[in-house]
Amino acid sequence: MLAGAILPAILLLMKPEALLYSTPRGLYCERGDFYIDPVQPVERALITHGHADHARSGHAKVLATRETLDIMRIRYGEDFCGTAESSELGKVLSIDGVDVSFHPAGHVLGSAQILVQAEGTRIVVSGDYKRRRDPTCAGFEPVPCDVFITEATFGLPVFHHPDDRGEIAKLLTSLKQFPERTHLVGAYALGKAQRVIALLRESGYHEPIFIHGALAKLCGYYQQHGISLGELRPATVDSSERQSFAGKIVIGPPSAFADRWARRFPDPIAIFASGWMLVRQRAKQRGVELPMIISDHCDWPELLATIKEVAPSQVWVTHGREEALVRWCELQGIPARPLHLVGYEDEGD
Amino acid sequence: MHDFAELLDRLVLTPQRNAKIKLMADYFRTAPDPDRGYALASLSGTLTLSTVKPQLLKQLVLERLDEVLFQYSYDYVGDLAETISLVWEPSKDAVQEKIDLSLSAIVTQLQSASRADVHGVVRTLLDQLDGSSRFAFLKLITGGMRIGVSARLVKQALAEMGNVDIVEIESLWHGLEPPYLDLFQWLEGKSEKPRLSMPAVFHSVMLATPLSESDFASLDPKDFAAEWKWDGIRVQLANLAGTRRLYSRSGDDISGAFPDVLEAANFEGIIDGELLVGGTARTNRATRSFSDLQQRLNRKMVTRKMIEDYPAFIRGYDLLFAGEEDIRGRNFVERRERLAELINAAPPDRFDLSPLVAFSSWDELDSLRRAPPNPVIEGIMLKRLDSPYTAGRMKGPWFKWKRDPYNIDAVLMYAQRGHGKRSSFYSDFTFGVWTDKDGPETLVPVGKAYFGFTDAELEILDRYVRENTIERFGPVRSIRAEPDHGFVVEVAFEGINVSSRHKSGVAMRFPRIARLREDKLPRDADRLETLVAMIAPLV
Repeated sequence: MLAGAILPAILLLMKPEALLYSTPRGLYCERGDFYIDPVQPVERALITHGHADHARSGHAKVLATRETLDIMRIRYGEDFCGTAESSELGKVLSIDGVDVSFHPAGHVLGSAQILVQAEGTRIVVSGDYKRRRDPTCAGFEPVPCDVFITEATFGLPVFHHPDDRGEIAKLLTSLKQFPERTHLVGAYALGKAQRVIALLRESGYHEPIFIHGALAKLCGYYQQHGISLGELRPATVDSSERQSFAGKIVIGPPSAFADRWARRFPDPIAIFASGWMLVRQRAKQRGVELPMIISDHCDWPELLATIKEVAPSQVWVTHGREEALVRWCELQGIPARPLHLVGYEDEGD
Repeated sequence: MHDFAELLDRLVLTPQRNAKIKLMADYFRTAPDPDRGYALASLSGTLTLSTVKPQLLKQLVLERLDEVLFQYSYDYVGDLAETISLVWEPSKDAVQEKIDLSLSAIVTQLQSASRADVHGVVRTLLDQLDGSSRFAFLKLITGGMRIGVSARLVKQALAEMGNVDIVEIESLWHGLEPPYLDLFQWLEGKSEKPRLSMPAVFHSVMLATPLSESDFASLDPKDFAAEWKWDGIRVQLANLAGTRRLYSRSGDDISGAFPDVLEAANFEGIIDGELLVGGTARTNRATRSFSDLQQRLNRKMVTRKMIEDYPAFIRGYDLLFAGEEDIRGRNFVERRERLAELINAAPPDRFDLSPLVAFSSWDELDSLRRAPPNPVIEGIMLKRLDSPYTAGRMKGPWFKWKRDPYNIDAVLMYAQRGHGKRSSFYSDFTFGVWTDKDGPETLVPVGKAYFGFTDAELEILDRYVRENTIERFGPVRSIRAEPDHGFVVEVAFEGINVSSRHKSGVAMRFPRIARLREDKLPRDADRLETLVAMIAPLV
């Protein structure tokens, strides 16, 4: 039989689509009967990182890094799942004949890529990731694989994130220029807020930084992990002390700015630390006066560089601007397709 | 270039006037010459660069980027200059020779580049500038900064920088040129105030203060002349030593838009007056409304048809220079006599004299004010007979006594959060009135207001918006507004015109929220017909 010589070689490799495919609940591995970052409660979930759209509560079993489990516990309480199992970085675990291992993703504290392999087929689910240095978490490590599943939050050629030190310098300049105004910085509670604080400290800013209540526990957790954030104080002071916020940095979740919470500060200047702030019109629409382009995701050149470095034979693109990244892969001759996963926020940076 | 780019980035997103002034003044203090002079020129619109066509920029980008990827990017960003500044990837081939990237070097290079060179010059600069500077550079070469900074605000920043009165800047302004070395020398106290060689410069205008009830007791009608306050724009026309210029009240050169008026100036000197469209009193044809005048404003050039359809003229108020002679120190009566002579000899269709209003008591004048003989009158001006012409707004010599504002009751329909201090308050309101023009009874938006209320009233409005939101569109909230449930406000405004741009067909001038009418139900608010009836009839 003519094909006989070739067939066994092909059979050894499992088709990647058979190993992992998307379902309405999220990315599913049928052979191991587990989901990765499912958006609804499932029997067994592997979680890449602690952001709320990836890490939801109510699963029966959860496998994640110890930090991600701790963060879920902080956010959802002790009973966030049935049983929690922590995975050491790089250690291979077998789930019904499917080997899984966690590798640093550089996105936020505890974030990991998940390598799923069976019968010689290797798929890396990168979750959210970035390539820049981040004083608050371990850096991304490229993992060789057949299929690289990448996010595309900033998957458009427009996104070129500048050096974050320059962005921090903008804030420090403004503090000198407008010492009478409260510098109100919007930053997501997990990851971004701590990174901004750490970067401020690295730039030599040692004044107390005031934080919104929603940030307190997570900042405390980062500090327990030896990430030094300097002196943090709660931004909750009665109105007789309003003026004491003049010329100070106050950090809160972006949603708090539209809230009455923001009124306690004298003449606030609205700042937002996010990759989205690169586009002026977006900053303007949000009423942001001082955009700080600091992102926990890759910009366009970093996405491309990562794909080239990982050199997978296929790229699957999840949430974000899939079409541009798929187009680029096609132009490079790399087979690529969008996964159309639902439930991940495009805005969360 | 980088400092200038950073300044632009901040200005684009800074809503507060004082913060903008501070940002610009700080820049002027720290940036070197001649960069700051070119920055000043580009901010105030006096920089002449031959502009680069968007098509050429697109070609440059597509040399390096796939067209589909460019299109995705452009669709996302929406602004061509910004898209290009963001997607541009510096070429990795051949290390390019480093060039001077100061703003002045860039301007000089662009000014000397021939048409054939432009392509290469722009490409090289895009390659060497950082992201933010690329944006500033592209704004510079595509013309039109549109960053919410007026020439007057820039001058205010100069005044702040040098700690001088803005009037001094305004009167020097048109005699100076980029890169304004002598101006900055003077503002930094390093040299004397520049002396001007061009005579037809702008001289700061004399302004009036509003008259209040308490003023009458101390004022004697016999000391004052009264004139109508015409609803056009205040201008200054200078014609000296072969140079003719028309300036707005704040010193913007608007000559390009009014060649009809400038060409007709057959006298030497500088006059102060109201720019209007329509017929002069001397031709016995009607003066037309402000909205007709608007057709001719904010244009660099004007077509022949525009000039025919909307002929402009000046209604003279005052004379600053008779020929070369500065007569600003003479009193009002004397200046007016000489103005009358000059206008009498000027073309009757382009110049007339603002008539005096005879009166013997304040009461008599008040009744004239309430019922002016012409719809293009917006109040009364009072000028002390013995007053010299002094720049600025000093209380005493000139008063304005405006017609009472119009008032309507309207219903709040949409609200948007404010900026800065008000960023956590819903403080920008769209309000509407009832109509059944297009079928069933419904509210139609007629205007927007974001001031007029006190801080305490704002808290009430904000709370109402938060508790009665029915829908959100981005930053805008739609507020519950039904005949028996909604929020009625009394809106005061200065005038109302027909407008084809608004769904309601009307546009208000200076609307503000005068009072909260929590005592009223939306069904008691005014109707569109009432507003339409307020529009001044065309005479």
